[in-house]
Amino acid sequence: MGDLINALAVAGKSALGFQAVFFALLAIGLNVHFGYTGLLNFGQIAFALLGGFGIAISVSQWGLDFWVGVLVGLGAAVVLALLLGLPTLRLRADYLAIATIATAEGLRLLFRSVSASEVTGGTRGLSAFNGDFVSLAPWDTGQRYSILGTRWSGGELWVALVGWVLVALLCLLVWLLVRSPWGRVLKAIREDEDAVRALGKNVYLYKMQSLVLGGVIGALGGMVYVVGTGAANPDQFQNANTFLAYAVLILGGAARVLGPVVGAVILLFVIQFADTGLRALISNGIIPEGLLSATDVAQIRFVLVGLGLMLLLVFRPQGIFGDRREVMLDAR
Amino acid sequence: MRHPSARAGRTRDARGAIRSGPGTAASRVLLRLLLVLVAACGLAVLVPGTAGAEGEQVIGTLQTSRSGPIEGIEVTVTTADGDDVDTAETDDEGRFAVDLPGPGQYTVTIDADSLPEGVVLSGEDSRTVTVDAGRRQPVQFGLNDGSTGSGGGNVRAIQLFVDGLRFGLLIAISAVGLSLIFGTTGLTNFAHGELVTIGALFAWWVNVGLGVPIIPAAIIAMIGGAAFGALNELGLWRPLRRRGTGLVAALVVSIGLSLLLRYLVQILYGGDSNPYTGLGASRAVDYGLFRLTNQSLVSIIISVVVLVLVAVMLQRTKIGKAMRAVADNRDLAASSGINVNRVILVVWMMGGSLAALGGVLLGLSDQVRWDMGFQLLLLMFAGVTLGGLGTAYGALVGSVIVGVFVQMSTLVIPNDVKYVGGLLLLIVILVIRPQGILGSRARIG
Repeated sequence: MGDLINALAVAGKSALGFQAVFFALLAIGLNVHFGYTGLLNFGQIAFALLGGFGIAISVSQWGLDFWVGVLVGLGAAVVLALLLGLPTLRLRADYLAIATIATAEGLRLLFRSVSASEVTGGTRGLSAFNGDFVSLAPWDTGQRYSILGTRWSGGELWVALVGWVLVALLCLLVWLLVRSPWGRVLKAIREDEDAVRALGKNVYLYKMQSLVLGGVIGALGGMVYVVGTGAANPDQFQNANTFLAYAVLILGGAARVLGPVVGAVILLFVIQFADTGLRALISNGIIPEGLLSATDVAQIRFVLVGLGLMLLLVFRPQGIFGDRREVMLDAR
Repeated sequence: MRHPSARAGRTRDARGAIRSGPGTAASRVLLRLLLVLVAACGLAVLVPGTAGAEGEQVIGTLQTSRSGPIEGIEVTVTTADGDDVDTAETDDEGRFAVDLPGPGQYTVTIDADSLPEGVVLSGEDSRTVTVDAGRRQPVQFGLNDGSTGSGGGNVRAIQLFVDGLRFGLLIAISAVGLSLIFGTTGLTNFAHGELVTIGALFAWWVNVGLGVPIIPAAIIAMIGGAAFGALNELGLWRPLRRRGTGLVAALVVSIGLSLLLRYLVQILYGGDSNPYTGLGASRAVDYGLFRLTNQSLVSIIISVVVLVLVAVMLQRTKIGKAMRAVADNRDLAASSGINVNRVILVVWMMGGSLAALGGVLLGLSDQVRWDMGFQLLLLMFAGVTLGGLGTAYGALVGSVIVGVFVQMSTLVIPNDVKYVGGLLLLIVILVIRPQGILGSRARIG
C-alpha cells in the first residue's frame, strides 16, 4: 500500500513537473506543425536540442547573459526551421519526415562528437548555466518542499511554475492564432493544399511560418528541460522523445489547443506510474527477477508508448478531445 | 552509453523521464570496422585487470601502437541509473580495473580530454556493459594514434572506398525491401530497421545459442526474416489497408511499431553488443592498395550475388515483373489481373529476408546490437531517397553511393561525425534533385 501511494506520488510529481512541461511544449509545437498544418516533423527534438544548448553554450561557454542565451536558442531554432523547410516543404509530406528525423539524429551526433566537445562539452555536456534563472525564484531554492507527499527542490518548483505559465501563454497564443484568418489558412492547407493554392495563397510561405513557429515552441521546451535538469547533454535529446511528444499530442487530441497539455500530463503520469510501480513489484518479489529485472523497466516506457501510438492511431486517431474529421490522416 | 557524464544536479526522476536510449553510437558501427581493417590503427587491447579481487569488475587497457600504454587516464564507472560506482586511473601499463557492487548494467567512461597528444578516441568515450555474476568484464575503447593513413603500403582513399563499397552494398541489401514496400503500398516504413535488427539477432541466437555455424544460421535467419515480414503484412498492414487507414496514420503506426520492437528487443536481449562465433581468423589480408578481412570479402561477394539475383528476379520472373507493375501503378496492375495483395505479401517476405541478411552482414562487421537496425535505417532512407523513393534499382545505386560517401568523408571530417555527412547528403539531394537519381518527378507530389 505504501508502495502504491509512493508510486502515485512520484507519478503525480512527474506529471506536474518540468518533464511534463517539456513534452507539453514539444507537443504544442508539433500541434502547430502536424495538427493544424499537416506537416510531418519527426525531428522536433532537434529544435529542443538547439534551444537547450543555445542557453547552455551561451552562458557556460561564452559567458553571456542567461536571457541572451534564450535569444540565441530561439534564433538557432528559427534558422534550423528555415534550413529544413526550404528544400522539403515543396515536396510530399514524407520527405519532410525523413529530412527532419535525419537532421535530429545528425545534430545529436554532431553535438556529442569529440570534435565539437570544445563547444558543446561532447558526451559530458554542459552544466552550471541556470543560476541566473533559478535565483529569480521568490523562495529559497536550496530548500526542499513537501507538497502532497511529493518532495520538490525549490529550483524544480520554480522551473515547473515558470514552465506551466509558459505553456498557458503559448496555448493562448495558439488559440488566438488558429482562430485568426492565418490559422484558417493553415487548416485549409492541412485539408487541401491545392485548393488553397487555387485561392491564391502562397502555401509554401504559410507552411514555412508554421514550421518556424512550432520549432520555436519546441526550442522553448528544450530550454525548460535543460534549466530544469541543470545540465545539457546531447544524449538527453534522443529522437525517441519526438515520438513520445507525438504520443502526447495524439493522446490528448491533435488540432485541439489543450490537447498537448492534457496528453502530457496523462502520458507522463501513466509512464512514471508504470515505471515506479513495476520497480516496486520487482523489489517486492511479486514479479520474479527472471521475468523482468529492474534495469529493464526503463525500456518498458517506450514499449508502452510504441504500443499506445499504434493502438491510438488505429482505433482512436482523434485522441481524447480531438475531432475525427479534423485529424489529418492522409498523405499528399 | 546513456548519460556518461554531466549528471550534476539532475534528479533520478528527471533522468528517468527523458532517458531514451536508441542509437547513441551511430559512428561506433563503422569505427569498429575500421579498427579491424586498418592494421596500423591503435587498439585498446584487452589484458586481464591488475586487481585480483573476488567479485565483479570491469577491466581494460588503454594503449596504442605509437604511444604505448597510456597512464593516468581517469575511468569512471556508473550504474545504469547513473549513480557513480567508482573512479580509477590507468596504471603505468595503461590498465584499469574497477570493482563493482554486483552484477548488472554499467557504463564505463574514460576522460577523453586527458589523452596524450596525438591520441584521440575513435569512438565513444563510454561503453555500456552488462556484467554477469562473478565476471571480470573486459571493456574496450577504440583509440586512434594517427598512424592510420601511413604505413603498410595502404592508400587511405582506396581503403576507405573499399570499406564504403562493402558498407554501401550492405545498406542496399537492407534497403531494397524498404523501397519496394514504399513503391507497392505507399508506406514509409520506419520499422524497417527492426527487420534488420531482428534478423541479425535471430541469426545470433541460432549461431551462438544453438551452435549452428554462421552460414546456415544466416540462411535460417533469412527464412525467419521472411516469416517476420509476412507477419508484419498479414498481422498489421493488410488489415490497416482494409480499414482504409491513411498513409500518414500508417507512417506513425510504423513509428510506434519501431519503438515497440526496438525496446522489446533491448529488454529481451540487453544493451550490450555480441559477436557471432566460429568466424575463423579475422586478420586483414593485404591486397596491395587496400586490406580486407576474409569476412569483409565474403560480405561483398554475398551482397553482389544477392543483389544481382534480386535484379534478375525483378527483370525476368513473373512475380518480379508484377512487383514492378504494382510499384508503377497499383490500380492499373490490379485491373490487368495481378493479385496485388499477393504481390505485396511477396514483397514483404523478400524485404524481410533481405533485411535479415543485411543485419547478419552488419553483425559480422560491427557485432549484434539492439539498435543496429535503427542506426542503419537513416542511412537506408538516405540511400533510398538518393536513388529515388519507390524504385528498386534506385535504392541499390543510392545506398552504395551513401555507403561510399560516408566512409570516404572521413578523409576530410572526423570519424565520429561521418554519419552527419551522410545525413547532410540526404538534405542536399532533397534540394537539388528530390526525385532521386532514378526516380520520376511524379512521385514527389
